[in-house]
Amino acid sequence: MAEYQNFFTRVQVRAPVYAGVPSPEGIWPRSGRGFFSHWLGKLGDAQVGPIYLGWTGIASLICGFIAIEIIGLNMWASVGWDPIQFARQLPWLALEPPAPENGLNFPRMNEGGWWLMAGFFLTSSIILWWVRMYRRARALKLGTHVAWAFASAIWLYLVLGFIRPLLMGSWGEAVPFGIFPHLDWTAAFSIRYGNLFYNPFHMLSIAFLYGSTLLFAMHGATILAVSRYGGDREIEQIIDRGTAGERAALFWRWTMGFNATVESIHRWAWWFAVLCPLAGGIGILLTGTVVDNWYLWAVKHGVAPMYPSAFPPVVDPATSSVTPP
Amino acid sequence: MKIKAAAALCGLIAGTLAGCERPPVDTSQIGYRGLGMEQVTNPRLQEQVQGANQAPPPLPPVDAVGPLAKDIYKNVPVLGDLTVPEFTRLMLAITQWVAPPERSCSYCHEGTDLASDALYQKVVSRRMIEMTRHINAQWKPHVADTGVTCFTCHRGQAVPANLWFADSGPVMESRYLGNRAAQNAPADSVGLASLPHDPATPLLGAPEQDHIRVVSKTSLPVDNRTSIKQTELTYGLMMDISQSLGVNCTYCHNSRSFAEWDGSTPQRAVAWHVLRMVRDVNANYLTPLAQTFPAERLGPHGDVGKVNCSTCHRGLAKPLNGVSMLADYPELGSDRKPPNVAQLSPEARR
Repeated sequence: MAEYQNFFTRVQVRAPVYAGVPSPEGIWPRSGRGFFSHWLGKLGDAQVGPIYLGWTGIASLICGFIAIEIIGLNMWASVGWDPIQFARQLPWLALEPPAPENGLNFPRMNEGGWWLMAGFFLTSSIILWWVRMYRRARALKLGTHVAWAFASAIWLYLVLGFIRPLLMGSWGEAVPFGIFPHLDWTAAFSIRYGNLFYNPFHMLSIAFLYGSTLLFAMHGATILAVSRYGGDREIEQIIDRGTAGERAALFWRWTMGFNATVESIHRWAWWFAVLCPLAGGIGILLTGTVVDNWYLWAVKHGVAPMYPSAFPPVVDPATSSVTPP
Repeated sequence: MKIKAAAALCGLIAGTLAGCERPPVDTSQIGYRGLGMEQVTNPRLQEQVQGANQAPPPLPPVDAVGPLAKDIYKNVPVLGDLTVPEFTRLMLAITQWVAPPERSCSYCHEGTDLASDALYQKVVSRRMIEMTRHINAQWKPHVADTGVTCFTCHRGQAVPANLWFADSGPVMESRYLGNRAAQNAPADSVGLASLPHDPATPLLGAPEQDHIRVVSKTSLPVDNRTSIKQTELTYGLMMDISQSLGVNCTYCHNSRSFAEWDGSTPQRAVAWHVLRMVRDVNANYLTPLAQTFPAERLGPHGDVGKVNCSTCHRGLAKPLNGVSMLADYPELGSDRKPPNVAQLSPEARR
């Protein structure tokens, strides 16, 4: 029991390799026999495998590989195939979407065509992986909560790279594939549309993002704290609340007057995580299509407060009558 | 084993922190509280920049008396209205400000014929004197009475250090893949961001290039079709301005709305004028000199070196710490009236 009173995982349960329940489909057998890894056991279960890939898994990996190859080889070509410069400049390198003038046409390969191809294969890979998650959950007679949570992230990805560019009529609106480039794109996006922080869906998304981390910390800490009483057997505690569940609940009632239940905390966590990209995707979708300047929108609707001026009034020189020479 | 791991961890932390600026860092509030209107400065670095931006002591003043340069010397179309003492003093000053010491007068003047226009340096410097006077006369909304002199850009060098040329970026090795789209290379011009590395060519080259404003004036979409890529050009230019002046975005903008003038600082209007001034100078004074300059002075695309904020500012919000060298050299200013010959003493008039 005392092993649980540590911030780090101390316990490694070892049993003979467990192949899992019989697969009802039986078309594609699980591959490998499974083995143990002491170091992976520090992070999670020490047993690795057997794995089930299935045709969706294999197709997804192939598509993902093609996408990464297109992106990576374009980045490498952009530094003249120099491996040292590739490593040095990697954070700056990117595969850029087509120029805005191109609209929704398929451009020349080196002027955005590669970007469209990489996007196609990456999207195929992600969606195939989603199908795989859904079908594996069904095969195990589970709920499909994980697949739907993943779908929420896919929604944000599709809005940024596909749906919104489609509505705006230009692939050039989409995000480049690259580390710094996609971050600079994000800042430029916020600048172009008058400060994304005034977008209420962006606000919601941030609230759910930070809320997720808060809930994760609260829940993880609570369960670790009551594991000495068997609180880590959460599923049992849902229907058969023992002293661990009682103490956890009492702790939160004492500290904030209200507590989630052992079951509801997982619904809280799931909804916060799912609503983060869901709300964010709505916010991106509305930007440029429905709202063009979020700051002015927020002023119009009383969201953005006015502050006393600290400077003499500044007038746009372009509107003044003084003509520059 | 544990010692090795600890050493590796220490090395990693040290390596990560090595990219940071060493404290202390000062933050000063410049606007209404709670809006993030503040300037972040590092006094240690600030001191270095200020030290590197000292105006030289002026040459001893001379009386504006004596015959006019145009009456004594040949071929002085621009400075002919100066008296000979003023003219000589200005020539000495320009030699100190611009000419390499080992070349001195002969950097611009060929042999013993001081009137000769054989050297391109002389033709260029004449045009640059006209430009200096034009800036001091016409661009007071930016340079105020502080004004500019040759030294503001040249700093003792024949070619000012901070000029820009059209830059199409690293050479593309392949026609079929690896297009950098004129960005995504760590470029000094945009603060090592992955933004387009040459925002100046499309935005500062000529007066008609007023495409900096990308944000809509209406909350709902009307007719602004500005793309994110165009926005990145503006963003890159703003990074350049920020670096050139050693200031944060909030020196000019209230960052909750970069576009709104209401809430911006008065400095933003000063900067608005300079963007036009820089385009004017680049288009009307520098670009036409492309034929005058020898090939080695031109950029890879055959264009002349052009100015941007860093050409004068060099890391300071006020070039040369705000010292007005123009006050010591009014001959380069706009308000200069030719001396009234009638009021001069007979000796001086001679």
